[in-house]
Amino acid sequence: MDTGPDGYDRRVPDPAVLVRDLVKRYDGRAVVDRVDLVAERGAVTAVLGPNGAGKTTTVECCEGLRSPDAGEIRVLGLDPVDDARDLRPRVGVMLQDGGLPTGVRAGEMLRHVASMYAAPRDVGELTERLGLGSFARTTVRRLSGGQRQRLALAAAVVGRPDVVFLDEPSAGMDPQSRHAVWDLVRELRANGVGIVLTTHLMDEAEDLADHVYVVDHGRVIASGTTRALLAGDDRRESGGSARTVRVEAEPGLDLAALRRVLDDLTGALPNRPADTLTDAAWSVSEPTPGSYALVGPATPRALAVLTTWLADRDVLASRVTVGTRTLEDVFLDLTGRHLR
Amino acid sequence: MSTTPDDAAVAAAYQAHTENSADGPHGEASPAWRRVVAQTGFETRMILRNGEQLLVTIVLPVMLLLGLVLTSFVDLDTGGASRVDFVTPGVLALAVMSTAFTSQAIATAFDRRNGVLRLMSTTPLGRGGLLAGKVLGVLAVEVVQVVVITLVALALGWSPDLTGLPGALLAMLLGTAAFTSLAMLLAGTLRAEGVLAVANLVLVLLTVGGGVLVPAAQLPGALEHVAVLLPSGALGEAMRGALLDGSVPAFSVVVLLAWTAALGWGAGKLFRWH
Repeated sequence: MDTGPDGYDRRVPDPAVLVRDLVKRYDGRAVVDRVDLVAERGAVTAVLGPNGAGKTTTVECCEGLRSPDAGEIRVLGLDPVDDARDLRPRVGVMLQDGGLPTGVRAGEMLRHVASMYAAPRDVGELTERLGLGSFARTTVRRLSGGQRQRLALAAAVVGRPDVVFLDEPSAGMDPQSRHAVWDLVRELRANGVGIVLTTHLMDEAEDLADHVYVVDHGRVIASGTTRALLAGDDRRESGGSARTVRVEAEPGLDLAALRRVLDDLTGALPNRPADTLTDAAWSVSEPTPGSYALVGPATPRALAVLTTWLADRDVLASRVTVGTRTLEDVFLDLTGRHLR
Repeated sequence: MSTTPDDAAVAAAYQAHTENSADGPHGEASPAWRRVVAQTGFETRMILRNGEQLLVTIVLPVMLLLGLVLTSFVDLDTGGASRVDFVTPGVLALAVMSTAFTSQAIATAFDRRNGVLRLMSTTPLGRGGLLAGKVLGVLAVEVVQVVVITLVALALGWSPDLTGLPGALLAMLLGTAAFTSLAMLLAGTLRAEGVLAVANLVLVLLTVGGGVLVPAAQLPGALEHVAVLLPSGALGEAMRGALLDGSVPAFSVVVLLAWTAALGWGAGKLFRWH
């Protein structure tokens, strides 16, 4: 067996993070309620949800900063609290509030964190990589939000960790910094590092993550590969060109009737029984009153049918948008609420 | 919908990552002593670089020393000793309080609020290393204070009882332990702004009526009996005993030890990292 000094087999590594039935209560209220999560090495796992969903608490339990009330957590096969001494050198953490002392210079802070490791990354290379050079001699107090975030990320990865936890890494960043950060995250992934990031930014999860856990009210309400989540359900099979048409109009429209006219146009399944949803080309729903999600082959003609159908009912849509399904749509469909 | 990436590919990349010999060992902490030394230097620089902290820890004690020795606004019964011999031990006691208590309470409270304590506790430094770095940082600042205050006092004609130096050193260490414990108790339980106010207020109150500069026996009314039981009074008496008479009163040592035990226990129990 090719086991390391710590006794586990390095050829078939434990997942980066394994969370089972995690429960964490504050004042008796469960903010994390039986969460299951697996983050693989060499992959980016996003925990997506609105503020207050329990993302940060979940991640802080994995970092050993909070003790779970119930459930099990394994990071690299080890317990974050009991095995903290062994895990700390192998786990990089970027906190949501940064955790940077305000009185030190940026470069000094990074060198200080690097000094905690036997073989840290080259601080100069990392500084250049994340564009920290321009403010290396500025005190943390005077840095912008994005500059602080980049410094905090540098501190999280300077020890060459096997697992990295990034809590809202792009908050307050300009687009340019964001791409520098995303590039670094992709490089870590290519090196086999397991990355867990929390975010309420759809594009971050969509562009970066291999796997997404959608959380709300302390529970995982959906999970899967990013691709699978965006594809939605089996209606994806209708030619692979499913798009979401969002309509905002008066509430209470006849969803079944609308679906029928759209399906009739598509003509994909002319002989299907009238009420069989599963074979329909279109899915039509009203996640919140007056806000409709139409998922299907959104051709120009389909849009014309939609607006004609609305016109026949004397309904003026205040908004019609066509786009591929986003994680925002996924979230909206699951909860009836917007992420932000 | 399993997303497990190709196991073999990941294992290979991981192996390359961990065994990247050009970069040396990986996933290892630096030696414990190096981490603590680094944190000590870091903490010390932070305090000595911060204007407000410098004001409380260096400028304030030196000003009090000069004011009490060179002017007679405050009527002191020196018991036959020169004013500078009488005042300097108390100023050294105050210096310990300002660094171990006020400065440390405020710094730790803001570190706690800004997440610095949590972040550093996730690095190989850990909570133990962080605490060790803070305590050693306090001692390092105290060395600077003692040097500055001693030089000023000597210039003013101070001639301490040299046989009392070990005793004075012991008193300062015990005082540091008691007041650092109090600092941690405050910093770990109150909001940062609250700590800022309380830590400064307590320093002023103890300086005026806590038996630090003016011996407890010379304080008015019941304060005389209360002050000897306070850590400030015990530290003041111990410093004066050592540097004026060459011996530390055992009672003061007991009081400081008792405060350290009680406050340390409280801080260990109640300190909140979040």
